[in-house]
Amino acid sequence: MTTTLQRTPEPDLQRELQEHQLPTYLPKAILVGAVLAGVALTVAGPLSIAQAVIVAWLLTWALPIASRVVEGGRKAADRTVTLLVASAFGLALIPLGSILALVISRGGPQLNAEFFTYSMRNVVGEGGGIYHALVGTLLITAAATVISVPIGLFTAIYLVEYGAGNRLSRWITFLVDVMTGIPSIVAGLFAYALFVIFFGEGVRVGIGGAVALAVLMVPIVVRACEEMLKLVPNELREAAFALGVPKWRTVVKVVLPTAISGIVTGVTLAIARVIGETAPLLIIAGLTDSVNFNLFSERMTTLPVFTYFSVKFPGVPPEASIDRGWGAALVLIIIVMLLNLVARAVSYFFSPKGER
Amino acid sequence: MSSTTEREKQAPRPVRRPGDRIFEGLSTSAGILILLTLLGVAIFLTLEGLPGITASPDDLGGKTGGKNFFAYVWPLVFGTVWAAVIALLIAVPVAIGVALYISHYAPRRLSSTLGYVIDLLAAVPSVVYGLWGLLFLSRELAPFYQWLADHLGFIPFFAGNPSGGVSANSILTASLVLAVMVLPIITAICREIFLQTPRLHEEAALALGATRWEMVRLSVFPYARSGIVSASMLGLGRALGETMAVAMVLSASGVVTFNLIGSTNPSTIAANIALQFPEAFGTFTNVLIATGLVLFVITFAANFVARAIVERRKDFSGAN
Repeated sequence: MTTTLQRTPEPDLQRELQEHQLPTYLPKAILVGAVLAGVALTVAGPLSIAQAVIVAWLLTWALPIASRVVEGGRKAADRTVTLLVASAFGLALIPLGSILALVISRGGPQLNAEFFTYSMRNVVGEGGGIYHALVGTLLITAAATVISVPIGLFTAIYLVEYGAGNRLSRWITFLVDVMTGIPSIVAGLFAYALFVIFFGEGVRVGIGGAVALAVLMVPIVVRACEEMLKLVPNELREAAFALGVPKWRTVVKVVLPTAISGIVTGVTLAIARVIGETAPLLIIAGLTDSVNFNLFSERMTTLPVFTYFSVKFPGVPPEASIDRGWGAALVLIIIVMLLNLVARAVSYFFSPKGER
Repeated sequence: MSSTTEREKQAPRPVRRPGDRIFEGLSTSAGILILLTLLGVAIFLTLEGLPGITASPDDLGGKTGGKNFFAYVWPLVFGTVWAAVIALLIAVPVAIGVALYISHYAPRRLSSTLGYVIDLLAAVPSVVYGLWGLLFLSRELAPFYQWLADHLGFIPFFAGNPSGGVSANSILTASLVLAVMVLPIITAICREIFLQTPRLHEEAALALGATRWEMVRLSVFPYARSGIVSASMLGLGRALGETMAVAMVLSASGVVTFNLIGSTNPSTIAANIALQFPEAFGTFTNVLIATGLVLFVITFAANFVARAIVERRKDFSGAN
């Protein structure tokens, strides 16, 4: 144990290890540099925003190239993929940002008291509003909710509490999944084909729109409720059974209250999904310029259909109608985003303790 | 063991109260109602569509351009599949990249927020996508299409108009909008599956000295392959049935062509229904419903296959 220790060649080893490595600050430095270059080129004026984004993106390729030179092929491939994957994410954000910016900037100026309180009855050119479309959207969506929530909720109860993996429940689960993929326009045609039997050819009626939306909404509600009911701990059910509570009272008084916040969230998200549907309502609810409060007779305008016709068939002169279309689109997006926010808030504030 | 079963036989049978029976009946019938609805969609579409399929071209008053049903629906089927396939070719690579970024590359704390941001794309109503495609995207893309026609015009896809020039309201624009619309669906499923990759596989790859990309290639992708396929099929189903974006963006003329940026484009079934139905009457309504039935069958098949793959995977991954 008395051998003399040789001095370890630490500094050299460290240098050797780091020789073929890019410094850790380099990726961030290149990213910041590319962003700064892009901003500078836009502010100075020679490039548009789109061109500047492309230039900045091209500049970030300096990192994989430098890596190829210093670190070798494997590391360079890794950095290339990292860049590509991050670019894919950035690319996906472009349409989102572009849509929101466009709808807010074009639709924002349209929002005023007249826009919300006037229908399009006897309006030619400027003026008029979306009151009739708002009424139609709210009524039809409410009716669709009233139809689909009981069916969806009871089906979920069957799947979780009674079916217990038997053949029928497996088929229901599978077909509910398939049903989520029904094209919305097919749901509209189904409602038309159904109501033609009662009302005769060329039927346009609000309740038909509600039925079409319900076909689209039921599978979403079933999935959401099923997930939530499955989360209810079995101990709660067993405790209720042990006290001699009938099964149906256990479901109503124990299982559902435990899962209620999740169910409300799921239903709200389902409403948000169908409230923007255009195609089925175009077919079965139609378009009118007047306010209609009766779901069971005559045509009923909804916001998406109103937007579609305002923009696709603006008439002469087109500007006023297209502007109204943007305004209606903004209102629609606001409604959908509000519903999404409400759903998140419900699940955050009312979920049982410990699940947050 | 035998004594247990005997005791069970002797045990009093559970009481079935009327409330129980009503409640179970209600929930069972709700489930059956869903099956009946799906069956009803097929039955009612067939009932109302049959007169359209069997109608002779003369009965239709020239609405179908003097063609019988099958000659009328073929270009529409082609356009539907063509637009959806282009949309998928664009959307799937981006969706895999986005899903990978969220699941494996982004900082852990941010990943759920980033996922929510991408989900916002799914919350935008389809009519707003149509508006965006019609009044913004097609105008922005026009110079780019002109460049494509000038430099790559020798490829049939980018031939442009025979008289020179390009159309921005072409099937490529429609497919781009469709790609944006199916992106969040494919991303959401891919993300879930990437996150399910067994941690031990990933750690084993990293411990053997793999870079992050090699780890993804060796452990995540093999595990997720069938999931990516079924996510793409679900996206395909959505793209096949999407109506408004195509109806608003595309200037269609019912031809079969592979030219992506010309002014004559094949229409899609869904867009054609949306454009024609409000004005349709008589037997032509039945023809449109019959095309809807064709669309239903196509999307049902796509979804059925996708779900079947997911179902099979479920058994497989349960063993892991």
